[in-house]
Amino acid sequence: MSATIKASQGAPYSRIYGVGGERGNRVVSNAEMCTIIDSSDEWIQQRTGIVERRWATEDQTPLSMSLVAGRKAIERSGVDPSQIDGVLVATGSHTQQFPSLAVSVAAGLGLKDPAATDLSSACAGFCYGLSLADSMVRTGSAKYVLVVGVEILSRQTDFTDRGTAFLFGDGAGAVVVGPSESPGIGPVVWGSDGDAADVIWTDEWNAALEAGKKPVIHMEGNKVFRWATTFIAEKTAEALEAAGLAPEELDVFIPHQANNRITDSMLRRMHLPESVVISRDIRQMGNSSAASIPIAMEALLESGEAKSGDTALVIGFGAGLVYAGQVVLLP
Amino acid sequence: MATTEEIRAQLADIVNDVAGVDQADVQLEKNFVDDLDVDSLSMVEIIYACEEAFGVSIPDEDAKDLKSVGDAVSYIERAQA
Repeated sequence: MSATIKASQGAPYSRIYGVGGERGNRVVSNAEMCTIIDSSDEWIQQRTGIVERRWATEDQTPLSMSLVAGRKAIERSGVDPSQIDGVLVATGSHTQQFPSLAVSVAAGLGLKDPAATDLSSACAGFCYGLSLADSMVRTGSAKYVLVVGVEILSRQTDFTDRGTAFLFGDGAGAVVVGPSESPGIGPVVWGSDGDAADVIWTDEWNAALEAGKKPVIHMEGNKVFRWATTFIAEKTAEALEAAGLAPEELDVFIPHQANNRITDSMLRRMHLPESVVISRDIRQMGNSSAASIPIAMEALLESGEAKSGDTALVIGFGAGLVYAGQVVLLP
Repeated sequence: MATTEEIRAQLADIVNDVAGVDQADVQLEKNFVDDLDVDSLSMVEIIYACEEAFGVSIPDEDAKDLKSVGDAVSYIERAQA
């Protein structure tokens, strides 16, 4: 006998209610970086745009930074914390397989019994989380979802690798996603290519620890650059099309802050109008992987370069290789 | 069939677009890195743009041997032949 299962029903649409960020406390200039690796301020700026990066101080942890960012996002959203019944944390910096960081974030924020889990999607993690939160709200699996992207990459950096050591930054960014009467999060364009799993990776933990080493990040920079400036540039344009928008209708572009040169190359291919505000948060932040997009979003809103209600295109891309992008209305 | 000069001129446009180098400086004997100050990331973009513009395939292992404008033009000529 096949019984009829009742299906859940959610809101017609979802939107972002509030955003919050937290940066590593320590500002590390290129000059300081060059006391660690053989490089120069000019070389780093020319190839990445990075002027300085933020590193977590010893007292900062993925949990502590997630809580600060999460509290800010919830406060700005105006949503009563008791209404938040979903927590998604995108991170590559939580150093336990379980329990997840998400359950600790939920408990630390005093959220009562939310569904909570971590996402392992590297630099695409925040946009993966945004898409899942949108689905949760629209299917009725959750009413309000806190999505956090958090990284402490300075604790996973190979300081003997002058090709990557200067890139990384630490921070957390969070948004609250909830129900909406009109679309506030567009269709996601996402995917993965596990055949390119060896382009960006961290050491296999057991092997590293047995060798008496800390697991660190490795990257084939030129391969990543080529992928990001070709395939990802096309997918970014697709995310805009999927939302039914022409380039002229876009206000803000917040690509994952991987490298300003990647952003420049994407812009050459995408032909966005001059009026579009482009996030360049990497200059002051470095590449903070899953945290970069919500942190950059907060910065643009705080500086007044972007405003609530603006139409923004976001896209995350990184180790996997994985990517996810969508159009959102800024909170 | 494009002539050597036609390929050089089209490549010069690409190098100008990607790296801001004056087209007139993009001559066969010029080395991308040493003479034209093109860095490794710009080279990645230039190679990809050449693949699109000339309809050829330039694998990474070949791309790293293209040191001069002349190397690139000859490679494209051979690949198109």
